[in-house]
Amino acid sequence: MGVDIRVENLNAWYGNTHTLQDINLHIPPNQATALIGPSGCGKSTFVRCLNRMHETNPIARAEGTVMMGDVDIYKDASPVEIRRRIGMVFQRPNPFPTMSIYDNVASGLKLNGFRNKRMLDEVVERSLKSAALWDEVKDDLRKKSGASISGGQQQRLCIARALAVDPEVLLMDEPASALDPVSTAKIEDLIFNLKTQYTIVIVTHNMQQAARVAANTGFFLNGKLIEFDATTKIFTNPSDKRTEDYITGRFG
Amino acid sequence: MFSRVQQTKMQRLNELRRTSVNHLVTVLAIFSTILVLVPLVAILGYLIYKGASSLNLAFFTHVPAPVGEAGGGMANAIAGSGVILGIASFIGVPVGIAAGVYLAEYGRGRMLGNLVRFTADVLNGVPSIVMGIAIYALIVAKQQHFSGFAGGVALAIMMIPTITRTTEEMLATVPHAVREAALGLGIPKWRTVISVSLRTASPGIITGCMLAFARVAGETAPLLFTAFGNQFWSFNLNQPIAALPLQIYVYAISPYDEWHRLAWAGALVLIVMIMAAVTLVRIFANRGALKGGH
Repeated sequence: MGVDIRVENLNAWYGNTHTLQDINLHIPPNQATALIGPSGCGKSTFVRCLNRMHETNPIARAEGTVMMGDVDIYKDASPVEIRRRIGMVFQRPNPFPTMSIYDNVASGLKLNGFRNKRMLDEVVERSLKSAALWDEVKDDLRKKSGASISGGQQQRLCIARALAVDPEVLLMDEPASALDPVSTAKIEDLIFNLKTQYTIVIVTHNMQQAARVAANTGFFLNGKLIEFDATTKIFTNPSDKRTEDYITGRFG
Repeated sequence: MFSRVQQTKMQRLNELRRTSVNHLVTVLAIFSTILVLVPLVAILGYLIYKGASSLNLAFFTHVPAPVGEAGGGMANAIAGSGVILGIASFIGVPVGIAAGVYLAEYGRGRMLGNLVRFTADVLNGVPSIVMGIAIYALIVAKQQHFSGFAGGVALAIMMIPTITRTTEEMLATVPHAVREAALGLGIPKWRTVISVSLRTASPGIITGCMLAFARVAGETAPLLFTAFGNQFWSFNLNQPIAALPLQIYVYAISPYDEWHRLAWAGALVLIVMIMAAVTLVRIFANRGALKGGH
């Protein structure tokens, strides 16, 4: 089941650049939450702070509180534990090229020492079914490399890989921006189904996409969270002038 | 402006120039390829011409015969080379790869990293005879006897810089996104390095190891002061041991025609063994490859 995320006074830096400034936000459980905003506004940095990927860059730094349920992810747990509970899907599909489709999905478990073959088979099948990829790859699971399938299939493979470790939260950083419209529609359907089981945070440049999948939407601009509200409210009657300018296409 | 007829004429001329330049470059490329292949084929052909006639079962099963006696072989030298190269690979491959991993994954921009990289580059340029003398001073002189082990260490140290630098460069080609994928799954960094980065870079790293192996397999100078050579069977790592390059060297500078013929045969066997080893490793490494991986 999904869990809620409470962000308090989150600040982040890359070197001397103050990328995120005093972000306060409550992401409700078992819903999709969209983050929109122009390029470089900090929305990717924000999701990377949620699973502590931000700090893998040696010049990056973050301060503030992020509560996942009642776990303070910066105080109560190691980054490795946090990343197992908060899955991530990246902008470009990034399957492991030297691993088979099966091993890609099983990698999160296998590389953490999980060896029970029967259980692994089950998890791989269930994850691929959840990611709506099972029927397309079930005959080549161990024969084909994860990098040999189409881009849209690769991205669903990456989603299956993230689901296989049974996370509570799924972060998606522009998951469909490198894909064609048909693959994009498949990913959106998937998000729609997955949100019953997971808390989903999706960064997107595509405002129609945010409107289609997300119950709540946050608008980022220049490292600040300008407005956060129900998606319908953001798109029909935003409270802030800057949000309105952005969604009506006056800038960005 | 030009008339239409003039324009067509110029186009034709341009096209003629383009196609002729195209042909010229193609011919040059083919010519250069042949130029590269000539020495290789010539050497191999000459070795077969000079050495093949002396190859017989005895060559692979007998130790060298005393001067004046016909026959004899290089069985002990072939086995000795195998032992020395085994020691060299056993030490050189893991140390070389580990150092390369440090350079690529942990030592970027650090003092120690730069120091290791610089040392590896300098070590790569050290003449092999100097390596032999250094190991003589460090191991042979201390132990008061020549040994197969000392020979293996000398060759191992010669393998390390090549393997280290190839490993580092091959790891650098692994996309950042692939590492992030692993870290994002909650896989610890050490595990990511071993099971994702190294695995993705493994074809290139294997090539580097094979290059290093092939290079030291034919080295004579570092073995002169270390393994020393031996006319008899010996598998004791604390004793002098025979090696093919040493045996070839001794036979080639001897005054006996029979030994000259054996030296040619030894050279042929050495080259064929190196080629066989490289090919075997390639086949073995490709066996587990998946469809459409790279």
